[in-house]
Amino acid sequence: MTSETVNTPPRRALPSMSVLGPIIALLALIAIGAFLNQNFLGVGNITNVLARSAFIGIIAVGMTFVITAGGLDLSVGSMAAFIAGLMILVMNAALPTLGVGVPIILLGMATALIAGLLAGLLNGFLITTLGIEAFIVTLGTMGIYRSLVTWLADGGTLSLDFGLRTFYRPVYFDGILGISWPIIVFALVVIIGEVVMSRARFGRHCAATGSSEEVAHYSNVNVNRTRMTTYAMLGILVGVATIMYVPRLGSASASTGVLWELEAIAAVIIGGTVLKGGFGRVWGTVIGVLILSLIDNILNLTDLVSPYLNGAIQGVIIILAVILQREAKAKG
Amino acid sequence: MGGTVTTPPVLSLRDVHKSFGPVEVLHGIDIDIRAGEVLALIGENGAGKSTAMKILAGYQPPSSGQVLLDGADTRFASLHDGEAAGVVLIHQEFNLAEQLTVEQNIFLGRELRRGLLLDKARMRALTREYLAKVKCHVDPDTPVSRLSNSEKQMVEIAKALSRDARVLIMDEPTAVLTNAEASILFDQVEALRSAGTAVVFTSHKLGEVKQIADRVAVMRDGKVVLTAKAGDLSEDDMATAMVGRDVSDLYPAKPGIGSDAAVMMRVEGLDVPGHAAGLSFELRAGELLGIAGLVGAGRTEAMEGLCGLRPATAMRVEIGGTEVTIRRPADALQHGLCYLTEDRKLRGLLLGKGMRENLTLQALRKFGRVLIDQKAEDAALDEAIREFDIRAGRRDVRVGNLSGGNQQKLLLAKVMQSEPRILIVDEPTRGIDIGTKQQIYAYLRTLAAAGHGIVVISSEMQEIIGLSDRVLVMHRGRIAGTLSGSDINEEAIVRHAMGVGADPEERVA
Repeated sequence: MTSETVNTPPRRALPSMSVLGPIIALLALIAIGAFLNQNFLGVGNITNVLARSAFIGIIAVGMTFVITAGGLDLSVGSMAAFIAGLMILVMNAALPTLGVGVPIILLGMATALIAGLLAGLLNGFLITTLGIEAFIVTLGTMGIYRSLVTWLADGGTLSLDFGLRTFYRPVYFDGILGISWPIIVFALVVIIGEVVMSRARFGRHCAATGSSEEVAHYSNVNVNRTRMTTYAMLGILVGVATIMYVPRLGSASASTGVLWELEAIAAVIIGGTVLKGGFGRVWGTVIGVLILSLIDNILNLTDLVSPYLNGAIQGVIIILAVILQREAKAKG
Repeated sequence: MGGTVTTPPVLSLRDVHKSFGPVEVLHGIDIDIRAGEVLALIGENGAGKSTAMKILAGYQPPSSGQVLLDGADTRFASLHDGEAAGVVLIHQEFNLAEQLTVEQNIFLGRELRRGLLLDKARMRALTREYLAKVKCHVDPDTPVSRLSNSEKQMVEIAKALSRDARVLIMDEPTAVLTNAEASILFDQVEALRSAGTAVVFTSHKLGEVKQIADRVAVMRDGKVVLTAKAGDLSEDDMATAMVGRDVSDLYPAKPGIGSDAAVMMRVEGLDVPGHAAGLSFELRAGELLGIAGLVGAGRTEAMEGLCGLRPATAMRVEIGGTEVTIRRPADALQHGLCYLTEDRKLRGLLLGKGMRENLTLQALRKFGRVLIDQKAEDAALDEAIREFDIRAGRRDVRVGNLSGGNQQKLLLAKVMQSEPRILIVDEPTRGIDIGTKQQIYAYLRTLAAAGHGIVVISSEMQEIIGLSDRVLVMHRGRIAGTLSGSDINEEAIVRHAMGVGADPEERVA
């Protein structure tokens, strides 16, 4: 680590504003929050914000790879709802045979991961092998999953058996050393994601594919496989997020996961990943997720601005982030 | 060639300099364009023809010097002004909206109206009229995406006619045309000349320059080195003026390949659907094999097919004596076969990324199976910068900001990271300066001398002749002839490339 600074000090030639912008925004939000409310920096509030960020955050890490490789996935919110519904149905159905215990939870988790993988592979197959626009494909699957979960719930709510829910609850509410499981899983996903993005061959292949599919193809990068892998990975991460989400409410309905896809995409963009692909950073996405959650949190803690304006403020932040990035790019 | 040359020029460049950043690409050029005259602007790639044309048409302002329209100093504020003044440039890459119809394209930006609505009937009738003038019989309602290249070219010219062009500037108009189509174009150029239009065009085909131009201006390294009546110049004179030096010191000496040299690769019956059929050839160790042919003869597609970059089938491909199957680029690389693309900007390099990411992309596995060893990458970049003399002010510069020559050297360094035994280079010196060309030629020869097999695809006749030990000439997707030793000359290559065979008697008009 020390020797490489000798001959290549400016190795990361990133425009400074695009690196600093999200960090400054996050710090500013924390300062504002601390100034407005005494409890903002309390352990309870921080844990709460992080745990609630975890679902979108885990999905957004996967989304970072999809977008970096030049793709897009609008279906993740519906997919999460569908997987949650499926998980609940499977676990409820298995209850008479397996009873309340660890095996049935593992069955539910396996269901979520496999369903996520298959859903991701389906998106990837339609986009890469059949060559249909990612926007169109995932707009389609978004509608399909949303409709399926509504159908499964017969227009109402799918609820996990009460005994099961009590047994499963700790997966959301407990943790190690006071850090709850969603936060731990989120942190692990982020660390692995960041290493893969910046240090692994796969991350490099994603960036190359997103920069120029042609150049990547001519450089022995299997473009279709790379894209397919990003969608499959995102699908699995949606499964992981759902595993964390189901014990929180113990139910799924037509309104589960609504607009998650847009929040995930917004977090990715705020974090400095380029929407048209070719450059992505996972740590930026984490900051993006935190910025979005903090806005929500601060509005809820203070009565300065109505929480109903949350969406408007997030919208302004997203547009500002892109403007900052563009200006930094023009200078660099 | 009876054009009168005494009329005052319509459009002139006077002592025009043009710089892009710190690099000056035009060093004070003078060009006169006269009504009723066809001027051919010729020169090697990178000589500055395209830039000169863009300045003439008002696409780019000169850095210094004057553009004179009818003798008056003019500065076109936009290309719209240029067109309004009757100066129309037809690009090599067509400037047509693919999804719109022929009629919509011709009237794009100046649609005729009746009241608030479009006057479609009149536009359609006028379009028919313009198309008839260029003997192009497409329906005005056809979308441009459904037209062939030559039809698009004709539509471009019809569009220029519709704008009452006084000066028509064409950048390599015949590059994408078949001979028959080119002759229709020339008829049209004749008609325009008779009607008093000034025509400027560039071409790499000296034969057609001789045939159609009244005057020839030769450019080299950003200067006009010779202007003369076409009738006073032979094709040889033009070529000499273009290259500007004895060709022999540009190209490395050919050591000659022994007939006992091992066959490195044998290809039998290579088919690339739609582009090439039934190609069979051998490549020996130490050999530089040239592939010549016109643009569109299927050379690039054939080699891309061979390397698994596009769908292709072959009866048999042997590398180093064993039969191999190549379905994807990874297979080719595994057998030591590597292709360097002709299009370094769109297919070769990630212009938004740095040199390190580009250098190692193709051979990334070498730098770590899962995680990448960035120190090893940096070491490889140091090595490449030294070996290929890549001049990039800063190490972390975006590759898109490098000059064409340095990009090409980086691209060569990149493919060499895969350690190929057989290297196929496609237009290895397109658009780069002569000094870098010389370096690349020397490198290819050194590589061959070290026992590699090299295939060079090139549209530059002199390059093929100067570099190759043996030449395959392709015509319409097939190998029309193979030349070696002293048989490698321009006439023989052109005859095969045109598909007229070796015997002059067979030549068809």
